[in-house]
Amino acid sequence: MQNNTTELKTMNTKSDFSKKAVHFLLDKGIAIIGVVLLFIIMSIVSSDFLTVDNLLNVSRQSAVLCIMAVGMTFIIITGGIDLSAGSQIAVSGVIIASLLAAGVPLPFAILLTIAAGGVIGFIIGGIVATQKIPPFIVTLAMMTILSGLAFVITQGSPIIVSNEAFRFLGRGYIGPIPVPILLLVVVSIIGYLLLSQTKFGRYVYAVGDNEEAARLCGINVKKVKMGVYVLGASITALAGILLASRLSTGSPNAGTGSELDAIAAVVLGGTNLFGGEGKITGTLMGVAIISILNNGLNLLNVPSYHQLIIKGAVILLAVWLNSLKEKRTAA
Amino acid sequence: MSTPRLQLNHITKEFSGVKALKGVSLTLMPGSAHGLVGENGAGKSTLIKILTGAYAKTSGEIIYEGKTIEGMNPKKAKELGIHCIYQELNIANHLSIAENIFLGEQPTKMLGLIDWKKMNSDAQAVLSSLQIELDPKTMAGELSIAQKQMIEIARAISQNANVLIMDEPTSSLSERETEVLLSLVEKLKSKGVSVIYVSHRMPEIFRVCDTVTILRDGTYIQTLPVDQIDGTNDLVQLMVNRKLEDFFGKTEVPLKDIVIETRKLRKDGIFKDISFSVRGGEILGVAGLVGSGRTEIAEALFGVMSLNEGEILIDGRKVNIKSPREAISNGIGFVTENRKETGLVLKRSVMENISLANLSLLSGGMFVSNKKEKEIANLYKQKLNIKTANLEQRISNLSGGNQQKAILARWMIQKPKVLILDEPCRGVDVGAKTDIYSQITEMAKQGTAIIMISSEVDEIVGMSDRVIVMHEGEISGELSRVDINPDNIINLAFGGTVNAK
Repeated sequence: MQNNTTELKTMNTKSDFSKKAVHFLLDKGIAIIGVVLLFIIMSIVSSDFLTVDNLLNVSRQSAVLCIMAVGMTFIIITGGIDLSAGSQIAVSGVIIASLLAAGVPLPFAILLTIAAGGVIGFIIGGIVATQKIPPFIVTLAMMTILSGLAFVITQGSPIIVSNEAFRFLGRGYIGPIPVPILLLVVVSIIGYLLLSQTKFGRYVYAVGDNEEAARLCGINVKKVKMGVYVLGASITALAGILLASRLSTGSPNAGTGSELDAIAAVVLGGTNLFGGEGKITGTLMGVAIISILNNGLNLLNVPSYHQLIIKGAVILLAVWLNSLKEKRTAA
Repeated sequence: MSTPRLQLNHITKEFSGVKALKGVSLTLMPGSAHGLVGENGAGKSTLIKILTGAYAKTSGEIIYEGKTIEGMNPKKAKELGIHCIYQELNIANHLSIAENIFLGEQPTKMLGLIDWKKMNSDAQAVLSSLQIELDPKTMAGELSIAQKQMIEIARAISQNANVLIMDEPTSSLSERETEVLLSLVEKLKSKGVSVIYVSHRMPEIFRVCDTVTILRDGTYIQTLPVDQIDGTNDLVQLMVNRKLEDFFGKTEVPLKDIVIETRKLRKDGIFKDISFSVRGGEILGVAGLVGSGRTEIAEALFGVMSLNEGEILIDGRKVNIKSPREAISNGIGFVTENRKETGLVLKRSVMENISLANLSLLSGGMFVSNKKEKEIANLYKQKLNIKTANLEQRISNLSGGNQQKAILARWMIQKPKVLILDEPCRGVDVGAKTDIYSQITEMAKQGTAIIMISSEVDEIVGMSDRVIVMHEGEISGELSRVDINPDNIINLAFGGTVNAK
């Protein structure tokens, strides 16, 4: 027994350096190194990649994903998940398109759509927090419900929007900068401040790490859980508005499956799927990886079916690295 | 005299240098029941785990029917017929009684299909041999705890157990169920099975055991035939008997008014008639065995558990506490007994753990003031001598003692009127203990009413101004300063009486 321990100790010192290197990689580096690596590879293999036009394009296209992922980060840090985020995109796109079609002024239409998102989040959060049903199940059901709702509202066919001011959100520029990129930056900064600098942010981490300890510290766990889903769904509604604006259409098919990209981005960014850990900066890196990957594969003319396989493999890799990290910190 | 079934000679067990067992010996005869008694932490569980092969012994001999056994492991123990019925029952609720009895060893027919007919009839045979009147086809989930326990015993018997270890088998049984279990033990003895019976309940030891071995702090004290012991108090005397070291640094603090008072608190099936009061500056020790309802009282005071009846008064005013949040706003703090499960947010930093209950104090509006937070965390880091490279360090990298100090700091910042400490020094090294004790005393000096729950009798004796002792959900006695000594505490904890001075 004694011998075994000493042996183990010597083994530890031997591999100490490589362990530290691995630890650094897992702790801080995966996402950043991933972004840098992808950036370099794409620049080499495709001459179209490293151009101002293309990079602006990538950023603009990533806005919807990024805004969704910021909301999803809060939810995943509490140990939850929102599988209905993609359907929320469709529903909010359909809602704003209908409101505009009915002649509601744009600012009101935007506010009402975001409020509708908040209501959806309130329902999800309420069920998760008070009924102890796993968020996976609740949001899986909500995904189907909302998708159905989007089809019911539109009766199956997309609603075309001809409002010029509305198109500005998704396609316009302020100075040289596309509006979606501005929105992306604003949402990210607000998300960052909320998570890292406020009481609410601390509570989100505490609830995800150890719900019971959080409760015993006087934290209103139910309120925090409701809060992240309301926040997440409201932000997602904004992303839905943005997508509808870019497409000039409220389509019941918009955003389908995008929740998986958002979850993947969050996890790639180092957020722990079991809760308690994660950062907005990490999520931004995750979004960058997925967006560059999407763009790069398109530039390289990889067929879209093959793209799915590659993206799936990248997500699997990320979750695996995440689990490695879990094991290391547990040990 | 026949050969012993099992002999343990000078068993020792070390955990990274700490001796949990120091030369324990025990002889077990066929068809007899052997009591194993001692306080919490005396080494009973460790000994059981060595017997069942869950732990490897550091040194000593295990002799089974005359043969020395080397390299004991769970598989080998089972082959030898050594079985243990643990406190946490190992029953699959969604399977039938018969399936539970033959779990993992179901009789099969062709193609590996389960032979239900044979399994049910074999199960019936085992049950009848033990005179347990249950239908093997009943689902285990429908059974009471006592019945589940019997199913576990039947399982052991079906696997030819000849040494059966029972770890606190009656702790959750009613009186009538206990009686049934004890007669089952008698039956096992008459079948030639050797039983090791671990219990805190002395009358049961006297009822079924032939001999009893006493452990204290991991040391073998004595083995005695039960008929040579004079009664509960005598046996308890053998279990305690120790000298006290004074590293508690207890200082007498002038007592202020009553801060917290409880009146007839009752929680069905857990505790009843709990009335006590604590003054400002006073440390009330709450002693009693694990499971006697101590922790649950703390949980009720802190709003974790609801009460069926009773009143809680703070500063003479009746309060209605339904959640930890309300407890905190009423000036109560609670350091729980299990810091990893209910205290720490392990993935977060030392600083975040310290400030978690105090963010409202450290925030202007919704934003946390990084400066204030750092200042106060640093202050308490120095005050409590928390050893950490920096405050941004993950708290999981700290030692148990330093983690505990961080939790204590969390509540000290609140400056609570009442601080409840549940096992404040569990799994804490001696150095950190001294720091923690001196901070508890410091808080008492500042007028906090302190309720300290502990299984460590020394700690209770060394720190308390007054002690209440719990026994099976009731306060079995209250001791004022002059009467606080280990004998009195242990006697009350085991349901005995106090030796009047």
